[in-house]
Amino acid sequence: MNNPANLSYTKSHEWLEELEDDVVRIGLTDFAQDSLGDLVFVNLPQVGDEVVVGEALGDVESVKAVSDIYSPVTGVVRAVNEDLLDAPEAINENPYEAWLVEVDNITDREETLSAEAYETHCQTEE
Amino acid sequence: MELKTPLYPRHLSAGGKMVPFAGYLLPVQYSSIIAEHQAVRTAAGLFDVSHMGEFVVEGPGAQEALDRILTNTVAGMADGRIRYSPLCYESGGTVDDLLIYRLSAQRYLLVVNAACREKDFQHIQEHLMEGATLTDVSEQYALMALQGPVSEQILRKLAEQKDIPPKSYTFTEQAVVAGKTCLLSRTGYTGEDGFELYCAPEDACHLWDALMEAGQELGLLPCGLGARDTLRLEAGMPLYGHELSPSISPLECGLGFAVKLNKAEDFPGKAALSQPQKRIRVGLKITGRGIVRENCDVFINGEKVGITTSGTHSPHLGYPIAMALLQSGDYPVGTTVEADVRGRRVEAVVTPMPFYKA
Repeated sequence: MNNPANLSYTKSHEWLEELEDDVVRIGLTDFAQDSLGDLVFVNLPQVGDEVVVGEALGDVESVKAVSDIYSPVTGVVRAVNEDLLDAPEAINENPYEAWLVEVDNITDREETLSAEAYETHCQTEE
Repeated sequence: MELKTPLYPRHLSAGGKMVPFAGYLLPVQYSSIIAEHQAVRTAAGLFDVSHMGEFVVEGPGAQEALDRILTNTVAGMADGRIRYSPLCYESGGTVDDLLIYRLSAQRYLLVVNAACREKDFQHIQEHLMEGATLTDVSEQYALMALQGPVSEQILRKLAEQKDIPPKSYTFTEQAVVAGKTCLLSRTGYTGEDGFELYCAPEDACHLWDALMEAGQELGLLPCGLGARDTLRLEAGMPLYGHELSPSISPLECGLGFAVKLNKAEDFPGKAALSQPQKRIRVGLKITGRGIVRENCDVFINGEKVGITTSGTHSPHLGYPIAMALLQSGDYPVGTTVEADVRGRRVEAVVTPMPFYKA
């Protein structure tokens, strides 16, 4: 697996990039996209929506199934990667470039894993 | 503990993602459901369907016995022909749907869904008349499906023309493919031309390898259960447990062509199926955003009229499709409906089935 060391990870297979103080960018990991298979739909929140730690911020649909995307933080959506709405396959092709949302005004966040700890976690799920 | 088919080692070496299905470990996909689906539509795909069950009904009373059990007619079939039939309860609900192969006037092969194998056996046994015996021969067969427009071209490299069944729903009982004897039928569950090979379990890997090698230059891909489902959905074919079940009759599912109410013999369900049916199966093209899968309530003008039975993103058409069971009524093509997807209403329109035709 090739999980960038500058990102942190959740057990539910989202990645977080710290853009600046209390602003994060969120995406789905390589493990997540590989498990889901070909993605054909993404449902994302809108700019200005509040997201809550541990709750679904949207979902992704593969040919096989629908899966929630869990928010690792509580905050307000400041940007949405709208390119994904028409090209969800970008997540399959390049999961660490195809970010989903950016969240600011963060008031709460879950404990995340380092790339190394996340890889160990993935091995227990295989 | 799931069973492994004889082709299990091939699935692992081809990178199959193995999942439990009807008591077996089978690949849901190898590389990508969409790529596998498109291979079948444009070239060919090879599926392991060894989990399917096979029964033999034989004896001087075999044909009559089957006509007293199945909704379709067995009398009048010629040797080497295949027919599709539902199998019903007295209620008109469906026990299973199956294929009947006429091996001879007194010998028939039935091919049933894996998950229904035990109850089918019991149901058929209970309704069997004297002069016919029923045997479960599932363990004697591995089964693979070669599907797609170049399937015949692939087979021609490995079999003599005389052994290749020339028409849809015909078969050669003892065909030789890549040096192995197998029952070769021109059947499938994808909406494309294709074949199914019933072989001895010990010959399965040899045949798989020979087919993969012969098909490589023509674009043959190994395909999993995921593509099998999206292909049959596009082709508008029912799947037992979704469009058919103990509470869904074959007439509600639109299978009137395989329910012969005019035949002389009585069969389980005949009386119930002679009555007006409560529901009707329709095809839906999703026009809103999102995929409508099974078990979504369907509304017209805010009133609930039914429920979806299957749904997916159609890889070939490029938009989501679904099938739904609606209360009996007239639903012209273009009728707008809404499906409840996890609390969100998604718009769809009634569309003719099959969604895709080769």
